[in-house]
Amino acid sequence: MSASRRAFLKAGGALVIGWALAPRLGLTQTRPAALPGSLNGNRMLDAWLRVDPNGTVTIFTGKIELGQGIGTALSQIAADELDVDLRRIEVVSGDTARTPNEGFTAGSLSVEQSGTALRFACAEARQILVAAAAARLGAPAAELTVRDGTVGAPAGASVTYWELAGAADLKREATATVKPKPASEHAWVGKSVPRRDIPNKFTGGAAYVQDVRLPGMVFGRVVRPPSPGAHLLSVDEKAVRRMPGVVAVVRDGSFLAVAAAREEQAIRAREALKRSARWRETASLPPSGDGLYQHLMSAPAPGQTVTEKTSAIAAAAVKTLDALYTRPYQCHGSIGPSCAVAQWQEGRLTVWTHSQGVFPLRADLAKTFGVEPKSIRCIHAEGAGCYGHNGADDVALDAALLARATGGRPVKLAWMRDDEFMWEPYGSAMVMKLSGGLDAQGNVVAWSHELWSHPHSTRPGSSAGVNLLAARHLATPFPPVPPADVPQPSGGSDRNAIPLYDFPSVKIVKHFIPESPLRTSALRTLGAYANVFALESFVDELAAAAAADPVEFRLRHLKDPRARAVIEAAALRAGWRPQARGDGGSGRGVGFARYKNLACYCAAVADVEVDRATGRVRVARVVAAVDVGQVVNPDGVVNQIEGGVIQSTSWTLKEAVRFDRTRVTTRSWAEYPIVRFTEVPEVEVELLDRPDERSLGVGEGAQGPTAAAIANAIAHATGKRLRALPFTPERVKEALA
Amino acid sequence: MKSFSLRVNGVTRTVSAEPDTPLLYLLRNDLELNGPKFGCGLAQCGACTVLVDGRPLRSCVAPVSVVAKREITTIEGLGTVEKPHPLQRAFIDEQACQCGFCGNGMVMAAKALLDRNPRPSDGDVKSALNGHLCRCASHNRIVRAVQRAAKALQP
Repeated sequence: MSASRRAFLKAGGALVIGWALAPRLGLTQTRPAALPGSLNGNRMLDAWLRVDPNGTVTIFTGKIELGQGIGTALSQIAADELDVDLRRIEVVSGDTARTPNEGFTAGSLSVEQSGTALRFACAEARQILVAAAAARLGAPAAELTVRDGTVGAPAGASVTYWELAGAADLKREATATVKPKPASEHAWVGKSVPRRDIPNKFTGGAAYVQDVRLPGMVFGRVVRPPSPGAHLLSVDEKAVRRMPGVVAVVRDGSFLAVAAAREEQAIRAREALKRSARWRETASLPPSGDGLYQHLMSAPAPGQTVTEKTSAIAAAAVKTLDALYTRPYQCHGSIGPSCAVAQWQEGRLTVWTHSQGVFPLRADLAKTFGVEPKSIRCIHAEGAGCYGHNGADDVALDAALLARATGGRPVKLAWMRDDEFMWEPYGSAMVMKLSGGLDAQGNVVAWSHELWSHPHSTRPGSSAGVNLLAARHLATPFPPVPPADVPQPSGGSDRNAIPLYDFPSVKIVKHFIPESPLRTSALRTLGAYANVFALESFVDELAAAAAADPVEFRLRHLKDPRARAVIEAAALRAGWRPQARGDGGSGRGVGFARYKNLACYCAAVADVEVDRATGRVRVARVVAAVDVGQVVNPDGVVNQIEGGVIQSTSWTLKEAVRFDRTRVTTRSWAEYPIVRFTEVPEVEVELLDRPDERSLGVGEGAQGPTAAAIANAIAHATGKRLRALPFTPERVKEALA
Repeated sequence: MKSFSLRVNGVTRTVSAEPDTPLLYLLRNDLELNGPKFGCGLAQCGACTVLVDGRPLRSCVAPVSVVAKREITTIEGLGTVEKPHPLQRAFIDEQACQCGFCGNGMVMAAKALLDRNPRPSDGDVKSALNGHLCRCASHNRIVRAVQRAAKALQP
């Protein structure tokens, strides 16, 4: 070892601090250099892409398609860095045997994590391929050009990636030293490329896990307890085993499932099991209605300070306001109930699943069955849109438990509609208590936001316990993982509770209530939907108290230029008239957030009409302005925002899980109405172009701002402030009475 | 179990099932058609919609005994990826979905609408699709797709 190198290593203490800032030095032996995005945890180039002699490039991603168009966006990134036509790119995603482990497809992070990894991996692969071409052509690499995978020398000689596939070695660790292309050189990124998954979906092609058909496959159904606190006492399994087509009945504790040769036979057998099953039920659920929120606020969960900033200016407050906002339990409400296909062969399990995280699911399945993770393969196949953690993982365990009893035959197990509504993990009910102070000039000088919430993330894959529903019901149950809140800076229950406004004095306190009699987990935005609804409603309440225009009032307190730009753009496009008065029936409101305070910026302006006689609120139009940094696929971004606006309109006007003290009484769409065609607003999306800024997640950007814009528009129209979600006709009428 | 002749997308197929079996399971499992989807089994969401003698029908609650011998059309009977029906073309061109699970019902209900009303207003389209649920909230794109198809189908 040279003296200089020894000296360098001796200074190891300093290097530990330095390595993250200078990730490419590669000098620390114990800790590898940090690589960008998901490359950091999956460091081999060939984990991300393969060049094939048949003229295709296959990219591998741990992120999965949820109808958000991620496969298309990633293929655009890869095609650009490699200089190949988009049609040459094949995408393999979410397969524990084939793809990188990128955890969950969640949090609007796929372009940031997987996109960044592929961008660097493909840029480096291009350099390796060009170097191989240079050797083959006897020309300096710097003089070569690449067009659709053909590497050409100035003299005219050329060789293709496909011919070089064997010579270019991608079995090496990524260095991330090859700089990806600047936006100006992109051919595919930034274009509204049509999504690759859509043609099959409209022509009856195999597109979903429900379309997986295997030789000898049987059909499964599960018989869930009638209530969260129920235990199975007895059931007539024998009679059901004699029913036509029945292949297996599995009972393990309170877990009960049946497999049959035909799907309708499995459904009939499920009905028979339900009829004969005797359960012991307990009244384990909280009160509903207003009592729910009292119940949450009286839970023994001491307040934890999330952030606190004090200023002497707070003492200048001449007017203070307080307001309490609430959000009920809400459903993901997938249109297709959760489904999985499972098969056991010689002690090995294969599961086709629409889980958002095939690796974490595999980890929990391995624990449940007491086998090594490597003896389980989880393969992603799309399901209906999930919007977070729904029954996808749970049904995979259901299918795997049932498939142990079918003698190696694969089982396709689908939940029925009531299974989904009663047993999916809900978005947590929440209470937000806001208070603020205005100085004599009508500026906010003090702000506080205190919230109460159950967990927003109880996904599988934690090192302790098993977070799969059936594991709780087994005779020897696996306890669920003690829930923890998602920490800041992204936050869970407190996501987006910290205002982006430059208020001099701010205090955010959360009461995190881990025990939840109704299972809760990630629903699109976690706590951000409710926090932004409260925060942005309260900003309007303060603006009204200061006799200020809501847009001007926001801009007055906001320095971040990108935040200001989306608010200004939305106001301009919507035709915002400062200090306009509502007329008792129609009104306009604005809402803003930067999702997680880290991802995309979004401002929404909503126009509403309130029917004072019926209490019905119609959201006529929503204008949203969005800044996602560099846009990979503009139409994909617009689609996410349009969908987010309308889905949030539905949450905000209509949605709440119903339950009594024992049972969930939401069983079907009749008890859980969502917006229909005649109720959806027109949506206009203004996309702010920032090609030189890092791409920011967009999938959850519109939910919070839309809710606040609607609440503010109703207050603008009627002069009445609604603080309890959802704004049902009954609530609106009551407020107007 | 009883034997039934099903005429689906112009082809007659014989299937064996109990007479009260909902058509959906025979289409999906016996005929291996992916188009019609199980969404609720309660005729609430519309994901399972097929056309029977040209009229939209919720196949998740329609017993096979009632629809046997009638003319059944599924989305597979409209067109293919290579040769899509103008409605399928329009839904693809408008990128009128996120997850697409409701798309089958939307296309089939729109087909029935355009067959009886080739020039619908946006209000007509919304009324015709109002019994169909979409959770990703692609409603406005779907209305645009139906109007695009209506235009393409004009003589």
